[in-house]
Amino acid sequence: MDKRYPEKPNTVYFFGTCLIDAVYPEAGMAAIRLLQREGVRVVFPRNQSCCGQPAYNSGFPDEARAVARQQLDAFTEDYPIVVPSGSCAGMMKRHYPMLFAGDRDLNRVRAFSNRIFELTEFLVHVLKVKLEDRGDPVQVTWHSSCHAAREMGVTEDSKSLVRQLKHVTLTELEKERECCGFGGTFAVKQPAISAAMVTDKISDIRSTGAEQVLSGDCGCLMNITGAMERGKVGIGGRHIAEFLWERTNG
Amino acid sequence: MGDPTFSFEKNVETALGDTQLRANFAFAMSTLYQKRKAVFADEAETERLREIGNAVRQRALGKLPELLEKLEKKCTENGIQVHWAETTEEANRIILKIMEDHQARRMVKGKSMVSEEMHLNKFLEEHGKEVMETDLGEYIIQLAGETPSHIIVPAVHKNKDQIARLFHEKIPGAPYTEKVEELNALARKTLREKFQHADIGLSGVNMAVAETGTLCLVENEGNGRMCTTVPPVHVAVMGLEKVVEKLSDVPPVLRLLTGSATGQIITTYFNMITTPRKPGEKDGPKEVHLVILDNGRSAILGDPELRQTLQCIRCGTCLNHCPVYTRIGGHAYGFVYPGPIGKILTPQMEGLEKTGGIVSASSLCNACEEVCPVKIPIPELIRRMRNESYDPKGTVPGHGYKWNLPEVLVWKIWALVNRFPRLNELAVKMGGLFGNRFPKIGPIKQWTRIRTAPRLARHSLHELVKAEGVENE
Repeated sequence: MDKRYPEKPNTVYFFGTCLIDAVYPEAGMAAIRLLQREGVRVVFPRNQSCCGQPAYNSGFPDEARAVARQQLDAFTEDYPIVVPSGSCAGMMKRHYPMLFAGDRDLNRVRAFSNRIFELTEFLVHVLKVKLEDRGDPVQVTWHSSCHAAREMGVTEDSKSLVRQLKHVTLTELEKERECCGFGGTFAVKQPAISAAMVTDKISDIRSTGAEQVLSGDCGCLMNITGAMERGKVGIGGRHIAEFLWERTNG
Repeated sequence: MGDPTFSFEKNVETALGDTQLRANFAFAMSTLYQKRKAVFADEAETERLREIGNAVRQRALGKLPELLEKLEKKCTENGIQVHWAETTEEANRIILKIMEDHQARRMVKGKSMVSEEMHLNKFLEEHGKEVMETDLGEYIIQLAGETPSHIIVPAVHKNKDQIARLFHEKIPGAPYTEKVEELNALARKTLREKFQHADIGLSGVNMAVAETGTLCLVENEGNGRMCTTVPPVHVAVMGLEKVVEKLSDVPPVLRLLTGSATGQIITTYFNMITTPRKPGEKDGPKEVHLVILDNGRSAILGDPELRQTLQCIRCGTCLNHCPVYTRIGGHAYGFVYPGPIGKILTPQMEGLEKTGGIVSASSLCNACEEVCPVKIPIPELIRRMRNESYDPKGTVPGHGYKWNLPEVLVWKIWALVNRFPRLNELAVKMGGLFGNRFPKIGPIKQWTRIRTAPRLARHSLHELVKAEGVENE
């Protein structure tokens, strides 16, 4: 995967994602604080909304393009755009140029896509964060979203941040690269298959002995923790930004 | 196939409820997964090889008409008789005619997915012919009266005990045994007899080389070589996309095919068939025929994006890596080609409206794309199928069949809300205030079948950012 990282910038944009905006705003705030703590100015354009992936994956490319264009208009300055989701980042980095093939905005899209960074890769490669763990000992496992792994290639970056925490034991899943069954509208269009997938994912999580499952993607988390809660599994789930902020702040 | 009772959703429920089936698939798929991983351990080298595979296939498809003409010319020069079939019906008729011309009654068959696509066995049996599958997996499912559940390992849905019972019930005089060697010996004995008395042999083609008119056939059991050498007539069937330009294209594609399919560096047998028996030669068939089938392929070729579907070399590795296929198995898809490749190939051949839900049965996890030996962008093409399903102006057969006002409106409203920031803020705000009291209907009902409902936050990130004094222009 072709990757290039800039020098540490003065200012970054933050793209919150629609799911974090509506369901997990604390994860978004934690990510912003992690960035600010490294001395970076964080700008959150108010006019941002969704990356467009739900429509893009469901057979409605025109609607996806219209919403994607709204993001182009919201992030006008030449700052890096940090995204606390491998999936939304993958959409904006890898898929926007395809979605806009032959479109008048294609050049603008390419420049935009080049500025997209997933949160953990940005913390590791651009800000080179050093984390000091202030929390109690805990055993966790890592769930990588498929797009964090296969479109953004950031799974190792995410796990390296967790490994920086002295009192945290990270036990990896046996099938770390297998999908949890979320897949956006897939979970509701094919509920039986999705259920079988998340059930297997939870067995894998349980067999690690972890008390918490961490992820860089709230879609997967909503799926996994929703099913664990319903099944009374007794394992919690957190977005990595929230976990890192809580353990290193204070 | 056009089974009017086909319901993907119903098949899925049945498959997921069958614990034996799920165990069989989970075991077999994880074995194939590990085997592939072992032969493609060097990531950089694998990537280089996949690039070559992709280039070879793209080059061939880029000049397919020219290569097919060349193939026909070369084959004819070599003494192989070439037949063209636009439809499966035509292909079946051609083969029947060849059989009738030779008063042939008994056919032995090597493994061929194109013949499955043609439903050749059924057709020939209806015309009074005896057809015997000789690939062990195909033989098993023929005994059971089933169709392949996998492109490479057609009987993978059955375990040893199930096969032991099947042989005992269906092979006259067969004792019950669970020993693999004894089961193999049983099949071997039956099949050897069939080979001796067969009037005609049929095989598939893994690659046809245009430059030399050579038909390449990959197999592990030796039955394929028997089918192509023992009977007096050999008929090979292939989809028209299976051409490569040059002999030098064969090694990389072969390496990718066997490595991806079964985790082998090379198969036990690799046949390169160029001519029938020549004067003075002691064995080999007296006649070789090649039937080249279109069945919708040339229409696919015309679209530069969809054309990539035809790069497929039928290794089946996308099935082995698919989190959906490995859980529901091949039969649930209802058509000849299951799994990720089936999701893009079947709708183009059969029409989107007939294949229904299979296009939505992907979480777009990209596992298939990651392992595809010829780098077919399967997830992108699945998206294309989804777009076409709703697009009245599309080009894939059955396009627009899913267009319905309620769903179209939902996405129009979604786009509207997400394009107007203040509207979006208001919607999220209202969601936070009242959303958690929504009745559990529609998608929420599906979601909460096994999960708790998402809890919308009282204050959105937009609101938190403002309250915390983060710059928000």
